Amino acid sequence: MNIVVCLKQVPDTTEIKIDPVKGTLIREGVPSIMNPDDKGGLELALRLKDQFGANVTVISMGPPQADVMLREAYAMGADRAILLSDRKFAGADTLATSYALSGLCRVLDYDLIIAGRQAIDGDTAQVGPELAEHLGLPQITYVVDAKLQDNGKLLVHKENEDSTQVLEVEGKCLLTVLASAFEPRYMSVSGIMEAYNKEVEVWSADKIDVEETKLGLAGSPTKVFQSFPKAMKAPGELHEVSEEEAVELIVAKLKEKHII
Amino acid sequence: MDKKDYKNVFVFAEQREGVIQPVAFELLGKARDLADVLGEKVVAMFLGCGIKDQAQILIEMGADEVIVADCPELKDYLSEQYSQAVYQIIEQRKPGIVLYGATTIGRDMAPRLACRLRAGLTADCTKLEVCPAKEEGFMDLHSTRPAFGGNLMATIVCPNTRPQMSTVRPGVMQKRERDPQRQGTVTDFQPKFDTSKFKVRLVETIRADKSVADISEAKILVSGGRGVHDKEGFGKLQALADQLGGQVASSRAMVDNGVMPHECQVGQTGKTVRPNLYMACGISGAIQHLAGMEESDLIIAINKDKYAPIFSVADLGIVGDLHKIVPMLTERLKREMAQ
Repeated sequence: MNIVVCLKQVPDTTEIKIDPVKGTLIREGVPSIMNPDDKGGLELALRLKDQFGANVTVISMGPPQADVMLREAYAMGADRAILLSDRKFAGADTLATSYALSGLCRVLDYDLIIAGRQAIDGDTAQVGPELAEHLGLPQITYVVDAKLQDNGKLLVHKENEDSTQVLEVEGKCLLTVLASAFEPRYMSVSGIMEAYNKEVEVWSADKIDVEETKLGLAGSPTKVFQSFPKAMKAPGELHEVSEEEAVELIVAKLKEKHII
Repeated sequence: MDKKDYKNVFVFAEQREGVIQPVAFELLGKARDLADVLGEKVVAMFLGCGIKDQAQILIEMGADEVIVADCPELKDYLSEQYSQAVYQIIEQRKPGIVLYGATTIGRDMAPRLACRLRAGLTADCTKLEVCPAKEEGFMDLHSTRPAFGGNLMATIVCPNTRPQMSTVRPGVMQKRERDPQRQGTVTDFQPKFDTSKFKVRLVETIRADKSVADISEAKILVSGGRGVHDKEGFGKLQALADQLGGQVASSRAMVDNGVMPHECQVGQTGKTVRPNLYMACGISGAIQHLAGMEESDLIIAINKDKYAPIFSVADLGIVGDLHKIVPMLTERLKREMAQ
């Protein structure tokens, strides 16, 4: 089985702080990490590899710095790493990003594509389903379990708000997975050693199966009109008082707002 | 594609097991606002099996027209079946705007459709408005959404393509009062399915534990974070919630450590809530948590750390020990409400 796993390198958004004076994002010193849901996807691929044998190819689109993340994937157990990196991809929204990734997938031999549900910097959850659509593949999103059955079909658990659906899928497909369901393995020491001797293949746009007009900013239907730090609401009252007084303050406020 | 051909505000009216989801009514409320500015119609797309008799409810909640696709293939949500049906409706009717709930259904289907239609899609919007476009005679949808874990807001437009599509999380928009006098039309739609593309089969649906009520529907939430420590601590919160007629919710930290179930989680990766009262107990207020609750009408926070970010959104902040204050407050309210 050939499995392709989509990875994105993201800033660790839990480490981002707002400059209290200027109201802008402080990005300096924020570490870049492998997007957590994507890491869950890699873990699922490696579990399938452990159980049934598979070739796991990790792919990413991004700047050359993403090399570090792809070596981490090698150290976890990936077999091949490809980084799509080209100025022609710059300014891509989810549709243009998924299109570029589809162009890469088309020249690879795959049975299964795994992506994370969403990336923590954008939180859109769109690239996975859009990639599936570009490739004409069936998709299952919000995956918390996937097993290969004896009949060769995948049995997949999808987590919804109010239920879990058990789904069976025939043939090639794309899954998007939740990090919480696939605790990722640690990099092995030998894996880390080997990761630095392995090659991360860097591919430009002319190596993949795409029309250039559909790439990057030009291929993106959505445009950022403006971005701004979130408006802070005016601070309310803050009291540092005895417990008895605190209780009375709360009761008074609940009465004032007609809660009680 | 000629932008002039695309008109009206469409809403995907999500139902599960024949029950119209609250997010459908919230979207109709917002769609009504947008359509009134544009001078256009609100059209609900209502898909399922054995659901047609409920179409009138969507009209009473703000739709001018309901397009009903009622057939066995659409009984349960499956990506390809639903995508084909909605795609055909959009191709035939050419809406200017299409709104979906940012649920596991809407977030599964909308990107597939965006790709099939080559349309722009903006996820998890918290604000939608129509504004004059650069190109004269046109109005663009401005979709504002949080990015970078809620640290930054971005307004997204699709100046060159139609339809303009957005998903909106449940609990973000306001539904309208139901108006039994409202009139509208119901249109039947029979999708032409390409069954060769149906590769995913539903084997079974396992229901989640119904004993856990949906926190996004609650009017009063008593929510706990790391400062609550453990299940025993949440018992104190539960007693207060019972006294107030509310429910208990949780921050991510207490879900990750297994004290509370995921259904109770408020925030970026949990649920968005806007109750009348949100009592944050022992929650520091990471930006991801604030993103899920800051629209609450009244926020009262109790925390030991007076520099906790939760106090920046609280209407009333108490610096103190929740383990003492919460039980005292419960007792005080018992006396108060007995009177």
